[in-house]
Amino acid sequence: MIDIKDLCKVYLVGDERVRALDYATLHIYPKEFVSIIGPSGSGKSTLMNIIGCLDVADAGSYRLDDLPIEAYSENELAKIRNEKIGFVFQSFNLIPKLSAEENVELPLIYQKVPRAERVQRVKEALERVGLANRAKHLPTELSGGQQQRVAIARAIVTRPKLILADEPTGALDSKTSQEIIDIFHELHRQGNTIVLITHDGDVAKQAERSIHILDGQITEVTL
Amino acid sequence: MLSFKMALRSIGANKMRAVLTMLGIIIGVVALVVLVSLVNGATSSVTDTISSLGSSLLTVTVEDDKGYPVDMETLNEWMAEDKVGLIAPYSADSLTAYADGESGSITVYGTTPAYYDIQGLQLSMGRWLKTADVENNSYVCVINETAAEELIGYVDCVGQAISLDGVKYTIVGVLAEEENNLTSVLTSGTMAAYLPYPSLQRLSGTVTRELTSFYVGAAQGGTVEEAEEAMTQLLLERFDQDEDAFEISSQNALEEAMSSITSMLSVMLGGIAAISLIVGGIGIMNIMMVTVTERTREIGIRKAIGASRGTILTQFLMEAVVLCMMGCGLGIFLSWAILQIINTVVASLDMVFYLDTGVVLLAVVFCFLIGVVFGLYPANKAAKMKPIDALHYGG
Repeated sequence: MIDIKDLCKVYLVGDERVRALDYATLHIYPKEFVSIIGPSGSGKSTLMNIIGCLDVADAGSYRLDDLPIEAYSENELAKIRNEKIGFVFQSFNLIPKLSAEENVELPLIYQKVPRAERVQRVKEALERVGLANRAKHLPTELSGGQQQRVAIARAIVTRPKLILADEPTGALDSKTSQEIIDIFHELHRQGNTIVLITHDGDVAKQAERSIHILDGQITEVTL
Repeated sequence: MLSFKMALRSIGANKMRAVLTMLGIIIGVVALVVLVSLVNGATSSVTDTISSLGSSLLTVTVEDDKGYPVDMETLNEWMAEDKVGLIAPYSADSLTAYADGESGSITVYGTTPAYYDIQGLQLSMGRWLKTADVENNSYVCVINETAAEELIGYVDCVGQAISLDGVKYTIVGVLAEEENNLTSVLTSGTMAAYLPYPSLQRLSGTVTRELTSFYVGAAQGGTVEEAEEAMTQLLLERFDQDEDAFEISSQNALEEAMSSITSMLSVMLGGIAAISLIVGGIGIMNIMMVTVTERTREIGIRKAIGASRGTILTQFLMEAVVLCMMGCGLGIFLSWAILQIINTVVASLDMVFYLDTGVVLLAVVFCFLIGVVFGLYPANKAAKMKPIDALHYGG
């Protein structure tokens, strides 16, 4: 599913060169639930950006679903993100002007899915996260946990190969966090591949497998 | 369609700002539409007045006869043509008139009976010149009312005699003064006498057998334009296809001159208004730049979940164009309202101002272009943002 080999990424911070990724290599297989854990500054955000096709590495190779990602243009990457990856962010990243169902509908619009099918799939996605009754609400009218569930619905509505969650519980209290993690478990059981990035060991433990990252290097893989 | 809806929502989310931004476009559109409509309204009212003065005849002047002078015979041949109506030669000279101890300078026209019909003259007394008068070089004349009053002292003077440069002529008719005739407007107050063409030829040193000026009327059931075309053809044939040998003009020329002045005026005013529209467009661009910056994060989210550059570009371009077109619509409505008010105010002036369809269309097209041109830069800026930078912008 994800095949990363000797990935390097260097940032220039002032005059200093920071190696955010230093020959990182990892593999993630289909239908796995993997967490990537590391303290802040460890390079996990960079790794997440590259896995999410939001950024490209300076060196090394990344194959997502057997596609050589570094070979694609910006617009092609947008299409790959749209079709293969579902994003869940720490800060939810919903569009404030759009209602819950419109936010969920957005990736389908970009896929040019016909209207009738869109409506059906949005409804299903919201039902799966238990928010069917909040479809018309704006993000500001929802609690943090509900907003994150809308974001998960948006991530799964395209039936992506990979769900990529970046600190999905970082802005939530522990009870709500557990509810969100439970949704991920449920999605995993239904056969989705999930990569969860976090700095929280308790959250990371819930995955089948944890990958530790420190100073841009993959240090440890725990089963 | 969807991007149109999204654009409406984004604009609706900040109504005050949208209205203020549109204001520039609204003012520009109102300036353009109202000014041009006013000029056009005034123009049509003036040209109506001019055309009511009569424009149903052509004036032909021969500049160079190439050795084939035009004479009465030629005119008769031409009159036989289908599209050509009556033709009346004329030449004019200024002579001294004398009658009953009164004398004065008089403009004497030498012509034929056809002149009366072509010019649409009206007699108040007696008769007009007859064909026999022309053939016999009769010593008869028709004078206008001004001449009758000044020389004889009263209008009812048919049968009296006047002398022109010492030659005696019998007055056979008196022309009524016409107010709605361009010629009479231009020549009112001057004395005039009409003689058979050969008579004037004999009297005046400058008038010869060779006809250099004549009026041509439209054929019955035909138009002046057709007559002009036919005459041009005939004259070209006669003068070796030399367009400079003669000149044909109609009184439409006055209308043309008038309309060229006013169309210049509308272009000038329209141009000034267009500048204010462009200024409005800069306002749109300014606010779009702000919008793009404000919504950097939204752009990042959209790109992350799969919006291509083109999608983002379309979204923001659409917003700029919709903003412009809304301003345009409001401006046109406001223009209409203003013209209604002006119409009520100047109702007594016998002028009606309409919303000019042409300028409305122009305003719509221009606003659209402004939306595209000034929306393109901000939209492109949005489209070119890197998703990762945009996503982490401001938090």
